[in-house]
Parts: sequence; C-alpha cells; structure tokens
Amino acid sequence: MENGIRKELKVSAIENGTVLDHIPSSQLFKVIRILNLDDCKNQITFGTNLESKLLGKKAIIKVSDRYFADDEINKIALVAPQAKINIIKNFEVVEKKVISVPKNITGIVKCGNPKCITNHQPVTTKFSTVTLDNGKFSLHCHYCEKDTLSDNMIISSN
Amino acid sequence: MPKSLISIHDFTKEEILHILDVAKEFEANKTQPILRDKIVATLFFEPSTRTRLSFETAANRLGARVIGFSDAVNTSVSKGETLKDTIKMVSNYVDIIIIRHPLEGSSRYASEVASVPVINAGDGANQHPSQTLLDLYTIRQTQGRLDNIDINMVGDLKYGRTVHSLLQALSHFSPKFTFTAPEELKMPQEYKIFLDKKGIPYKETTDLSEGINDTDILYMTRVQQERFTDIMEYEKVKNCYSLTADMLKGARKNMKILHPLPRINEIAQDVDDTPHAYYFKQAENGVYVRMAIIAYLLGYK
Repeated sequence: MENGIRKELKVSAIENGTVLDHIPSSQLFKVIRILNLDDCKNQITFGTNLESKLLGKKAIIKVSDRYFADDEINKIALVAPQAKINIIKNFEVVEKKVISVPKNITGIVKCGNPKCITNHQPVTTKFSTVTLDNGKFSLHCHYCEKDTLSDNMIISSN
Repeated sequence: MPKSLISIHDFTKEEILHILDVAKEFEANKTQPILRDKIVATLFFEPSTRTRLSFETAANRLGARVIGFSDAVNTSVSKGETLKDTIKMVSNYVDIIIIRHPLEGSSRYASEVASVPVINAGDGANQHPSQTLLDLYTIRQTQGRLDNIDINMVGDLKYGRTVHSLLQALSHFSPKFTFTAPEELKMPQEYKIFLDKKGIPYKETTDLSEGINDTDILYMTRVQQERFTDIMEYEKVKNCYSLTADMLKGARKNMKILHPLPRINEIAQDVDDTPHAYYFKQAENGVYVRMAIIAYLLGYK
C-alpha cells in the first residue's frame, strides 16, 4: 500500500492468484459453482455483503495461486457481468481483465423450456447468446430453439 | 455429419426451391422406385397418423422399404432406453431416419447422434419443416409463384408452429401478411420484430371477415380450447373463427384456403364444395414434397 490510504482489507490480501471483485452478493455462490471452486484445493477466501457504491452489496473471491483461462472466466458473465478480475503477483495487481459474455455456452445453464429434450435426457445444453437492446442478454437453445432470458437463468448443478 | 432436415432454417432459399421443383417432378410421375435398395425408419414416439402415413407413402412410392413404430408404448423406450441409444441402434440398420417426438429439440439431438440423415417430422411445439415445405409447394401451385403473395393467417398464431415456420420461410419471397387472431392468441412479438427487421409489411386484426377479400391465401389453423385460460373467452371466439361458404362471396378468384389439418369447426363443411377449398389437395402434396426431401437428403435428386 504505497500511499498508505487503505488501512485494512475486509478479505485478506493474497500474494499470488486471482481476485474476482464486484460480484453481486446474490450471485456469489453461483460464481463459485460455475468456476467449480467447490473442488478447488487452493486457498480461497471470500467475503460477501460488503459495501459497494456500484452494487450496494458486493462479494469478492480471492483464489491463491490460480489463474483462469479467458473462456473459463468469461462464463461468470452469465451471472456477474460487471465483475472485475485482477491478476495478483507478489501482492500487486499486474493485470485487470474485463469479462465479456461468451458467444456460445455449453453446459452450466439449464434450458428454461420444460419441454426441451435437455431437461429430460442426459444431453449437455448448448446455447448461443443474443444481446438485447436493454444491455441484458438471452440464451438461444441449440436444441429446442427457445430463448431463455438471462434474468431467468438456472445454473445446473454438476 | 450427414445433411439432415430439422428446422426450416437448415435449408437455404435455393434448397427450398430445389425441393419444390423435385416435388413437382414427383407429382407428375408419382412412382419412381429410385430407392429400391434403401430402408427408411419412421420412429414415431408419439402418434401422428397423418404425418406418418404421408412419409411412409412417400418412401413406398420411391421403392424404399419402411421399418419403424407408430407410438413408443411397445418399444424399449418404455423400458427407459435413452433417445441416444435408440437412434444409435437404428442408424446402424437404415439409410435415413424420420422422427416424431414430443420433446422439443429431440430431432436436432437425434441428428447429432445418428450416422444417417434425419428428417424431423415434428418435435413438440418446435419445428415441423416438411409441413412448411408442403405449404410453400401448395402456395406456389395455386398462385403460380411464391413472390409477392398476400397471405392471411387465421386462428392460433401464438402457439401454432406451422404459422411461425411458414412466416419465416415466406420471408424469402416478399410476402404481405395479415394476422387474424383473438387477443389471447396473437402473433408473438418476436416474429413481428423479425418481419420489421426484414421490412415485410403486416397488419393485425381480430375480425375474420375483414381479411378475406384481399388475400391470395387464407391459411386457417385450429383454435384449441386448451390454449385459453378463460373458458368463457374460448366460447366467445370459437365461432368467430369459423369460416363458412357465404363469407367467401367477395374473395379473389385465385384465393385458396389452406389448413394443416385436422380441422374441427374452423372450416364449415360447405366450404369444401367451393373452388377456394384446397386443404385436401394440400395434404396430398405432402407426399410429393416428402418424396423430394427423402430423395434429396439421400443424394438422389
């Protein structure tokens, strides 16, 4: 902390790894699930319901000694499009990544159409993303050709 | 992956026109046993007598032999076999698979698992592309062209998959649409946005008598009771969407009435005897169009 302004961190700093910041508190556990952090053996600290000017309540996740590939990290755009990704090396932010909604999504999300084959048989879901005028997006199912709005998305549990 | 027909989007405008031309050839010469050494499977996981008989007639007229089932009750599906396994097994037996399944997206999935071409004969409320192609064939047959057609779609425009697919397919040919539907069953917004983007004009009405005289095609569909949340509302509209012969007095001479069938009470029996009735011929055309689809996907036409 060169200029000595930040006295204390709510979630302790990491030496090396990835910090996922500005996650809406309500989406924290979805992000954990999407990135499969449940199975991750690295040190992970997270905090939630932290004050945020931008989001009201935000969550933060810090994963030590782990760096994510872009297409892996982009998946969290589904639930936390405004998240900020900081790459930490030797306690310093060496890179900031902006996430973007991927064009195609395989798995992760359930199709919202109860009559879709993917909700009845062991078929991996496949979607293309369509950006809407209001900045939100919807998922177009490759199989049943129905659209699921991002607001109504259900993350599949696997 | 061999070429399949799952959704009307799978065919380009050129392919659509090619299918219609081949179908015309088959109509002129109805029995052409060019697939004498082929086997066609018709896998009907839900009953649809009309569609199945049409496809099986098409296969037989091409000289192919047909295997399959007409509902899933007496098959290994009832023992819990997955669709994947059924399709894998059948693809090893036959040259082409025709599938009807109640779940949406099932035909697309089948085409990804199969080693032979797949034709979607209806996957739930999603797609039924051979119906769309036979509708186009019939429109061209009755009007002598597909371009610049005035078409009035009537009935259940909200859930009716045939009108949605036909709308998309016709968008290649600069049509003018009228949508006649009760408030509860209006054409969904997404299709109107689609037309707006393509600059295709449409008007909407709830009154059937309004759009009969200035259209080339009157495309009738069934208004189904189960679509209504309010049963009183259904009782009110059901007779408004019933077409009778005396309503046709001011219609254009070339105007033809189409209907995907089965019809219940939306077209009165007395319409059958007018020169505008064309729905039975439309159903017959289904055989030639399906012959064309099968022959094309197997590389024969």
